[in-house]
Amino acid sequence: MTSVLEHTDGTDSGLKRFLATLSGVDKVGVEARAAMLGTRSIKTTSKAWAIDTAISMVDLTTLEGADTPGKVRALCEKAIRPDPTDSTVPSVGAVCVYNDLVKIARTHLDDNNGARIPVAAVTTAFPSGRATMAVKIRDTHDALDAGATEIDMVIDRGAFLAGRYGEVFEEIRAIKAICKDRAHLKVILETGELVTYDNVKKASFLAMMAGADFIKTSTGKVTPAATPPVVLTMLEAVRDYYEMTGIRIGVKAAGGIRTTKDAIKQLVLVNETVGSEWLSPTLFRIGASALLNDLLLQRMKMRTGHYASANYVTVD
Amino acid sequence: MEFTYAAAPESRSVVDIAPSYKLFINGDWVAGKGGTFPTINPATEEVLSKITQGSASDIDRAVKAARNAYTKIWSKLPAKERGKYLFRIARILQERAREFAVLETLNNGKPIRESRDVDIPLAAAHFFYHAGWADKLDYAGVGKSPKPYGVVGQIIPWNFPLLMLAWKIAPALATGNTVVLKPAETTPLTALLFAEVCQQADLPDGVVNIVTGDGRTGAALVNHPGIDKIAFTGSTEVGKIIARAIAGTEKKATLELGGKAANIIYDDAAIDQAVEGIINGIFFNQGHVCCAGSRLLVQESVYGTVLDKLQERMAKIRVGDPMDKNTDLGAINSAAQLAKIKELTSAGDSEGATRWSSPCELPEKGFWFAPTIFTGVTESHRIAREEIFGPVLSVLTFRTPAEAIEKANATPYGLSAGIWSEKSSKILWTAQNLRAGVIWSNTFNKFDPASPFGGYKESGWGREGGRHGLHGYLLTTQKSHSQKGGK
Amino acid sequence: MRLDVKKTYKLFIGGQFPRSESGRSYEITSPKGVFLANAAQASRKDLRDAVTAARSAFSNWSQATAFNRGQILYRIAEIMEGRRDQFIAEIVACEGVNTKKASEQVDAAIDLWVWYAGWCDKYISVAGSQNPIAGPFYNFTTPEALGVIGAIADQKSSLVGLVQSIAPIITSGNSALIIANEKSPLSAITLSEVLATSDLHAGVVNILTGKVAELAPWMASHMDIDGIDLSGAPRKSATELKTLAADNLKRCHHFTGESLERILAFTESKTVWHPIGV
Repeated sequence: MTSVLEHTDGTDSGLKRFLATLSGVDKVGVEARAAMLGTRSIKTTSKAWAIDTAISMVDLTTLEGADTPGKVRALCEKAIRPDPTDSTVPSVGAVCVYNDLVKIARTHLDDNNGARIPVAAVTTAFPSGRATMAVKIRDTHDALDAGATEIDMVIDRGAFLAGRYGEVFEEIRAIKAICKDRAHLKVILETGELVTYDNVKKASFLAMMAGADFIKTSTGKVTPAATPPVVLTMLEAVRDYYEMTGIRIGVKAAGGIRTTKDAIKQLVLVNETVGSEWLSPTLFRIGASALLNDLLLQRMKMRTGHYASANYVTVD
Repeated sequence: MEFTYAAAPESRSVVDIAPSYKLFINGDWVAGKGGTFPTINPATEEVLSKITQGSASDIDRAVKAARNAYTKIWSKLPAKERGKYLFRIARILQERAREFAVLETLNNGKPIRESRDVDIPLAAAHFFYHAGWADKLDYAGVGKSPKPYGVVGQIIPWNFPLLMLAWKIAPALATGNTVVLKPAETTPLTALLFAEVCQQADLPDGVVNIVTGDGRTGAALVNHPGIDKIAFTGSTEVGKIIARAIAGTEKKATLELGGKAANIIYDDAAIDQAVEGIINGIFFNQGHVCCAGSRLLVQESVYGTVLDKLQERMAKIRVGDPMDKNTDLGAINSAAQLAKIKELTSAGDSEGATRWSSPCELPEKGFWFAPTIFTGVTESHRIAREEIFGPVLSVLTFRTPAEAIEKANATPYGLSAGIWSEKSSKILWTAQNLRAGVIWSNTFNKFDPASPFGGYKESGWGREGGRHGLHGYLLTTQKSHSQKGGK
Repeated sequence: MRLDVKKTYKLFIGGQFPRSESGRSYEITSPKGVFLANAAQASRKDLRDAVTAARSAFSNWSQATAFNRGQILYRIAEIMEGRRDQFIAEIVACEGVNTKKASEQVDAAIDLWVWYAGWCDKYISVAGSQNPIAGPFYNFTTPEALGVIGAIADQKSSLVGLVQSIAPIITSGNSALIIANEKSPLSAITLSEVLATSDLHAGVVNILTGKVAELAPWMASHMDIDGIDLSGAPRKSATELKTLAADNLKRCHHFTGESLERILAFTESKTVWHPIGV
């Protein structure tokens, strides 16, 4: 196992040299492959398994300016018991909120038999990332202090697009240093602003080399977000990184995944790209809010044999 | 946790296979004189139906019907009306797409995903494309008011039964010819269902005649004096027999024959897409593709990476029940084809190449062959020279672009080739130097009715598809320059 | 009194003027039987050598720019014009026609070179296409030279039939070997001398004089020839020649007159696909 970091000194030019060694991504080819995998027909027992697996991978998220403690508490309830009428439904992977609501979420989960559910906080001047490094560091410290055990940071897309890879790299390193053993670091690439698959692949490597535990597609504030070909490109990067280093990096698909069908397509991508080892909340997450209800409705349909109604699931 | 996909079989209930089939001649189902033979599902060896062995006298009857239809009806019909029949056929194929897809998969063994997503939509698209040509032939590039040949004899292979039928019948009808078509011996069912489409479209009797049978039926068609033109897709061996058979006649021929395409992977390729391209190049349709990328040429500097990724990817190919919507690789079309694949692959073993097959379980019944690659293959090995027509890839290496070209062109075939690189000047240089009729750069096995298809050298004569494909069905009316008074 | 210096009529292979390797020659006479010359009688080995020369010339000639090929074809016309009288005299002698008829034939042959010279950089635009396919791909079809083409010159005329065959073959970048008019080969050899001094790459055109019946089957069966122009083949031998040609699926054609079709018949259409996307 060689460390990929051996190949670079962390400077712009060193990183550029390394990233230039990565093979390109052909748009038409990667989209065709993702579309083909989208035709997989997941039925009966495998569908039931996929729905529960997807539920366990959901980072149940609220990231609105209008978020309130009440909204966050309700979200936490749902995270613990997605379907109050059915105790066989697994709890979700995490709750994801803004910085100032972390404490409320953490406390509510702990008080309601949800201690096992981590709280993820978005930091580093989410979603734009346009702030000084001091602010980003403070942002992260606040989240950790409030009890977040997962940090979803954004990269500086402006720096990335301007070719200042060293800056992007150092920011991630700095945040990782703060997280250390206290929290998992998810690095949001905001692929909708990187635009090309080549950039997505480069940014994925940059993030992994800088210490990301997860690479995440999007903030949810920019479209397109977690499209199947983007996720496929990131999964391929994760697979290649594992081949190079023996280190398993997780992937979080966030933004635009609203239906069970979308979620199952993501699981198929994982299954046929990096393999079953990644089919666990420790290595794959889906950032979503509305998705959970659709997963629950589909679950009801499978259980009862009848098409379900939204009247029977809780509003977020 | 393992994510295993539960069986997702396509329903067979949409097709209604008759216990036996007659011949479709002059708009009618007529009994043949050559006896019958069974047609099977190669995935299960189940007999699906009994098919008529068309005899020489049946061919004669069909050719006469086609001539009669040509003289009395089809050649007199305004071109725009002719086109409307083709539009109708295209629409009916779209309406009955699912039925055709299921039937194709049952009779051919190809995955339902491919018949559903590739064969049938492309067949319909072929009719739609050519329909529009019918009243625009002045612009086809063969002179003013070009004339059809008359009666065309068409012989198609078993690898894409309905699609090859469309490739043949659509341009023939659009240009004003009438047709006697012989489907492949092992895959007649969709052609026979197509006869029903002709009836639903009210196509005049005798414009399309379908005579089933084996090679003897094909020979009778080729040698029939009432045929003006032959269009054949199949092996180079049979192509040469046809070329000799018509040498002393006025008959013209379009031949789409074998191939041994090189798929060239340069070290600056988008590797993951290139690996997909290799997979698609050789394992699409079980490798039963004349233009399959059966010779992989990998630049030595990325050989290890490509091979690792390729094997990892091959292990994920889902082999099995063609009717399962998640199957990637279906059944080999016939026992005879399986025997041929086995014979050539054992030659690969005995000539010293190293075989690796995907670790997949193969069904007990039916004809199956696991996705296989041979490494350590040299140019002189039979598996690097002969068309295997199965899911078997020979891997060779090269050091420089010039060496890649030299190896790629070192074959009597010249149907297709693939190039993978992110450097466009290199792609164009490579495309220019490859002696092949279809060059896929950063893609493979793509087909479109607007895109001419056909080979150099012993891969055939002429093109099918696009404006160029029309030339095979039209008599040129180009006058010589001096006849036009240009001098 | 001064004795004429007579020309030795030899073969034209690979830019050289060899005698037949067989050492054979045959007598060329006027229609009235007057001895004109001893022409080399090419053997199958000469034909083989011509194919080798043509094959090795193919790569550079087919990859020369179309503009360059056009210049060279036009240059051939220019040089022929300068040797008009010699061509006329040979045609008069061999065919027994009057000077007016012979000069018409020479004019026609020269004009043919001019006509085809202009096609070199146009036939691809006319016969190629960009194809609108249903997907994110750029897709174009372009005709290109087929390779080595064998031809049997029209046996009715000594010069114009020869040019009718050669010019369209080499317009697209093919190389050619051609069996000249058996009875009247003199102007074919003079044409070789024109070609040899015209910037045409050596081996692009190879001219054999001799017996059509002897050479044609070897041409038809040669596995390194890609196509044959049977315009001058005797009708009764066409079946045999096409049957032999089927062994490597040579493209066999038969023409009258000059046409774009005649260029395109010995081209192959290449279709290239490439994805579009960032």
